[in-house]
Amino acid sequence: MSLFLIAALPFLGAVLPALLVRASRNAAAGTAAGATALALIGVLTHAPAVMRGEVPMARAPWVPSLGLNANLMLDGLGLLFALLILGIGLLIILYARFYLTRRDPMGKFYALLLLFQGAMLGIVLSDNILMLLIFWELTSLSSFLLIGYWNHLPEGRQGARMALTVTGAGGLAMIAGALLLGQAAGSMELSDIIARREAVQASELYLPALILILAGCFAKSAQFPFHFWLPHAMAAPTPVSAYLHSATMVKAGLFLMARLWPALAGTDAWFLLAASVGLITMVLGAVTALFKDDLKGLLAYSTVSHLGLVTFLLGLGTPAGAVAAVFHIINHATFKAALFMTAGIVDHETGTRDIRRLGGLAAFMPVTFLIGAVAALSMAGVPPLNGFLSKEMMLHEAAHTAWLGSELALPVLAGLAALFSAAYSFRFVAHVFLGKPRLAHAEPPHDPVVWFWLPPAILASLTVLIGLFPQSMAGELVRAAAGAVTAGAAPEIKLKLWHGVNEALMISAAALAGGAAALALHGPLARVWAVVAPPAAKRAFDALVGAATAAARRLTDALHDGDFGRSAAIFSVFAAGLGAWAWTAGGAAPLGAFPAALGPTPPIPLIGWVCLVTATLTLTALHRHRLLALVLIGVTGLMVSLTFSYFSAPDLALTQISVEVVSIILLLLALNFMPRETPRESSAARRARDLAAAAAAGLGVGAAIYAILVGDFAFAPISEFHLANSKTGGGGENVVNVILVDFRGFDTFGEITVLGIAAVLIYALTETIMAGPVRARLLNRRPAEPQAGDAHPMMMVVATRVLMPIALTVAVYIFLRGHNAPGGGFIAGLIVSVAFVMQYMASGFSWAAARQRYPYHAFIGLGVLVAAATGMGAWFNGKPFLTSDFGYVKLPGLEKFELATAALFDLGVFLTVLGAVLLALESLARYAWRPNIASAHPMDIDPTRDEAAQREEGR
Amino acid sequence: MIALALDFAFACFGAAMLMNMWVVAAGRTVEDRILALDTMVINAIALLILHGIWAGTAVFFEAAMIIAMLGFVSTVAYARFILRGNIIE
Repeated sequence: MSLFLIAALPFLGAVLPALLVRASRNAAAGTAAGATALALIGVLTHAPAVMRGEVPMARAPWVPSLGLNANLMLDGLGLLFALLILGIGLLIILYARFYLTRRDPMGKFYALLLLFQGAMLGIVLSDNILMLLIFWELTSLSSFLLIGYWNHLPEGRQGARMALTVTGAGGLAMIAGALLLGQAAGSMELSDIIARREAVQASELYLPALILILAGCFAKSAQFPFHFWLPHAMAAPTPVSAYLHSATMVKAGLFLMARLWPALAGTDAWFLLAASVGLITMVLGAVTALFKDDLKGLLAYSTVSHLGLVTFLLGLGTPAGAVAAVFHIINHATFKAALFMTAGIVDHETGTRDIRRLGGLAAFMPVTFLIGAVAALSMAGVPPLNGFLSKEMMLHEAAHTAWLGSELALPVLAGLAALFSAAYSFRFVAHVFLGKPRLAHAEPPHDPVVWFWLPPAILASLTVLIGLFPQSMAGELVRAAAGAVTAGAAPEIKLKLWHGVNEALMISAAALAGGAAALALHGPLARVWAVVAPPAAKRAFDALVGAATAAARRLTDALHDGDFGRSAAIFSVFAAGLGAWAWTAGGAAPLGAFPAALGPTPPIPLIGWVCLVTATLTLTALHRHRLLALVLIGVTGLMVSLTFSYFSAPDLALTQISVEVVSIILLLLALNFMPRETPRESSAARRARDLAAAAAAGLGVGAAIYAILVGDFAFAPISEFHLANSKTGGGGENVVNVILVDFRGFDTFGEITVLGIAAVLIYALTETIMAGPVRARLLNRRPAEPQAGDAHPMMMVVATRVLMPIALTVAVYIFLRGHNAPGGGFIAGLIVSVAFVMQYMASGFSWAAARQRYPYHAFIGLGVLVAAATGMGAWFNGKPFLTSDFGYVKLPGLEKFELATAALFDLGVFLTVLGAVLLALESLARYAWRPNIASAHPMDIDPTRDEAAQREEGR
Repeated sequence: MIALALDFAFACFGAAMLMNMWVVAAGRTVEDRILALDTMVINAIALLILHGIWAGTAVFFEAAMIIAMLGFVSTVAYARFILRGNIIE
């Protein structure tokens, strides 16, 4: 099976549970399991080749210029992780089917779980470090959604936010580090990077890259001092904890350390950073775990501790350490996932996870007890379980390494961690399953159905089997993975249970005995811990986040306090300042003389100019009278349209005229709800300041335009290209339209999409506001001024009805000629909109709305779809998106005419503009709607009624 | 001859435009100003057509046509606003 398909399967599968959950919950779980199982089979088909030392690859360029390629590879390390992700994923899917209750949205759960699975699989299969980063961020996002799955619980939301903040910040560091590393190695391909150890370590970028990458790994893998997010992430449903927080996501950081091990490890900096942080995390996590009373909290801190152990082993930088690290990754995944699932079963059956309230469950739940006990003893490192083996290897490495100049420090600290590890593992068994029952059960808890306990049982039996037969169960996998981690330098290690009596065994025995003793003394020790425990990291985190939020808010409030005048003033002064700075910096081209080509100004344009200036100045003086201001804006719009015409831009003129009408109507609709006059609110000093800012901005813009008019072009203008290629390349003589629908078709496509979104947003806002208490206030509104009699005057109704077909004909004409003469879909859309709005104005909202057969949203959606489909049509001819085509057709009786795909695209533009304008206007008009002005007749005078009355009289 | 007629027409409509502007800027009532704006729109149509005749091109025709067809809608909207407050009832 292609690696691409394997990587894509979870993502493809993620759609199915969300859809099929309506059929049944089993269908949702079944499809999720099916996709996972298929991917697992795909990985297994490659396993023999990988074991032989081959590395299956799948390559595809994505953005090669950036070094970003969709390259996948499956080496021993990738195989190990892929098996963990998919194998445990399969068990989790089965487990979650019985864990989630009827009230939990199961389709959403499986969709998110598979999304996460795909992201995680992408990390371990990536051969390109940039693509790995993309998947890395995807795991952060999908785990955020999974932790916050129960989004009605505040702990869930807080935990999810904290996890996202910490792992997201780590992800940023990771991006920077990965880019530096890619630069140091001269390639973004992981297989190249790990082959260039000397180049990387000799580079001066090595240290910053190392620190940033390790920071990212530590944040993801919950290493000190970033470990605090993991316990808070325990608000997630238990299957998520078992999957993400024991077996997979928290191991992503370890995976990357292992992946980059050949390139980065072996230096003092690596040893000091990774081994030390790992050691601190290992000890701190183990000690804290013993004193956690929440079952999942205990497991979370123990996970932190075990992750520290693996970091420590990788940090040693020795091949033997790498082998032990790989082996412990397998072992930890098996026993910890089993323990989380056991904890979930206990929680599910007893309703609590508080260890102080649990006890004596062994009598009620023998199967769960057996599973939990085996897994916990493996975690404690009791022979002959698998946890014992890797712990022995770790202790062996620790006993033979000096740290900070001391031969004794490592064995003692590692032994201490092992002691506390044994203690909390024993506590998990003793305080939950043994002793006296401490919970008054109305109904005694019992073992769940077999499917619920089967997944942890499988994992627990694996801990026994790997412990007893390590070489045959895991030897090959460990060899292949360790070979990949160390780039072939791994020693041939035979995994075996009995190494003879050595330091490691003695430390281990002492740790187990000490662990039992610590458990016996748990009560007094807990009281001591309550005094000496380090402060909760959550408080520091909250303070940090709170300070950052407050600072951001202060800055935002200083710039935007909701006063438009203020933000406009800040913007104007800033822009004018920038312009002045750019001018004085002297980078501008020298100004020429006023171009003679413009020549002396003829009188008529001068009159237009006088009108424009007069209107603007009058507007400034009278702007407090809102309706008058709008009338003056009408003059400005008219003059701008005439200017466009005069300077040979008929397309712009047509657009400007139609936009003008629509915006006047929009503004009048809004003005209805505002006072007629703007009150004078600001002080004289403030007005003087605003005047200065406005003058600076206005003069600055004027100066900039003058500079452009008389200055030389910095680059040759591109208009020549457009003029030369419009007819031959785009099949149209109207260059403006060809630019819109062909040369820059992609921009237009984006713009109509945004336009549609904006209109739908206006609709959604209206919908929300009208659903609230505002509606009652609007209905009870009294008009500020007396109203004239006619709501729907007959004159207007007749005039608009007559005009409607004419306007539509003109719109069709403008649309069709658009490609070769001024016009096009945008203008046609505006004309039709105005024709419709006239009907709304003449006969009222209710009358027009009752005659509207298709919703305006549909026009918007159809328009975008038509444009997209036209663009995609090019694919079928092997051309890129939105490549247009045209041809000439001769029909009998007609002259030869042109057919262009651009016209179809323009149809999409037309539909979107029509839908967007009308949806926006209709939404705004709804605010003023009142039931009592709903009229059954198109106008105030109903001729049929009068006829009936006359007949009545005549009788 | 046509040149002379064009100059005369330009002068008339130009002057009309300036007078309209005067009323828009300094009219006694809002109604006066709206009517002046409406007249201004009509004069703009004339100027566009004259300019087309002068330049010997038909390219300004559509602009003039659309102003003629849609220009009155804003005037109606202003008027409705004054009369009823709400322009779409």
